[in-house]
Amino acid sequence: MTVGAWEAFWLIVHREMRLSFRRPEQLLQPLVFFLIVTTLFPLGLSLRLSLLKDIAPGVLWVAALLASLLSLDSLFKSDADDGTLEQLALSGQGLTVIVVAKTVAHWLVTGLALVLVSPIVGTALGIPTDAFATMLLSLALGTLTLSWLGAIGAGLTIGLRRGNVLLSLIVLPLATPLLIFGAAATERAISGASVVGALYFLAALCVFTCTLAPFAAAAALRITLE
Amino acid sequence: MNSTPDGLTVDKIHVWRGDRHVLRGVSAQVRAGELVHVSGPNGTGKTTLLRVVSGLLRPEQGQVSWRGRSIVSHRTDYQAALAYAAHEPALKGDLTALENLRFSVGLKRRSSAAELRGALERTGVSACADLPARVLSAGQRRRVSLARVIAMQASVWLLDEPYANLDAAGSELVSALLQGHVEAGGLALVVAHRDLALRCNVRHLELHS
Repeated sequence: MTVGAWEAFWLIVHREMRLSFRRPEQLLQPLVFFLIVTTLFPLGLSLRLSLLKDIAPGVLWVAALLASLLSLDSLFKSDADDGTLEQLALSGQGLTVIVVAKTVAHWLVTGLALVLVSPIVGTALGIPTDAFATMLLSLALGTLTLSWLGAIGAGLTIGLRRGNVLLSLIVLPLATPLLIFGAAATERAISGASVVGALYFLAALCVFTCTLAPFAAAAALRITLE
Repeated sequence: MNSTPDGLTVDKIHVWRGDRHVLRGVSAQVRAGELVHVSGPNGTGKTTLLRVVSGLLRPEQGQVSWRGRSIVSHRTDYQAALAYAAHEPALKGDLTALENLRFSVGLKRRSSAAELRGALERTGVSACADLPARVLSAGQRRRVSLARVIAMQASVWLLDEPYANLDAAGSELVSALLQGHVEAGGLALVVAHRDLALRCNVRHLELHS
């Protein structure tokens, strides 16, 4: 009796979640990084706090991107190191299903967690509460898109010893549109302007990456497995 | 042209690793109810051959077919019938032995916890079922990975050094498992440095540098 793709997807998500919660320190690292980086900014600008309000969306977004990048390099690497990636690749399930499941699970434990703590950071940076809805939505779309982009980079850099630096070099340039539209959405929400345009762009990027990245990442994995 | 549509055919495989010509036209046939023992000095491409046969590695030339059909074009069918145990036991240290089995066997076929515990019992590690794999010894991990091969209920076994890290009883266990598998009509490709001491259809494939 073979196992369907949907069932396999849930099984892998379940496995990834269980693995993450067995290592809570890895789960907390990006969050703590996010909190620390964003609190460093107000400290550095102590004499000109009015400036903080203007740069808050940018600070929030850069910190969120870097924080979720931090955990991306372990997306496939630990599985590749202990041989479980080979078992996954030979499981009879397509590599695309495996990539989708692993990326979604990764987003749930890092991206979504960053989104959930962002109101704390937003408050600390003086972002008004009316802008929180836009901030949360844009961050959710942005981190998910970054996870898809990161899956490609992580797939390509598995075999390298210092792959995480290369991973950042591959992913960050691709993530610039996210930063531009994400920060713009938050900024416009703060000033009360229409945010629809920026959010549409983020949503479009998210759909674009989640339809194409699984295939690209699966192809990258197939190459690195050889 | 294929005379044995029920088995595995390795046809003139050539593999280059960088500028090293690792496998030079290796051919083999494994029929159902037969075991091929791959041996040879270190660095002659035994593991590479196993990876090619598993489909993980694409050969530069030649092809592997299963039941007369290429394993590349019929990947899903082939993988459903395949159990591959690499040299590393491929266990997640943070998951228990049973969870490890559940998540990897579960992608291939539906299996109950009782069934998986049964497989662990057959390889003599039922006491470790609920321990995280990281606390197990190398021999115990090997036994868990063998339990995974059993639980997959596959007809093609590809085993890379299944005897590594095992004590005398463990080695006997591997031989008994192989014997049982082959007698039940399965086929196996086994990389091992030692003599297998089996009383079933064993053919030898020796690789040279």
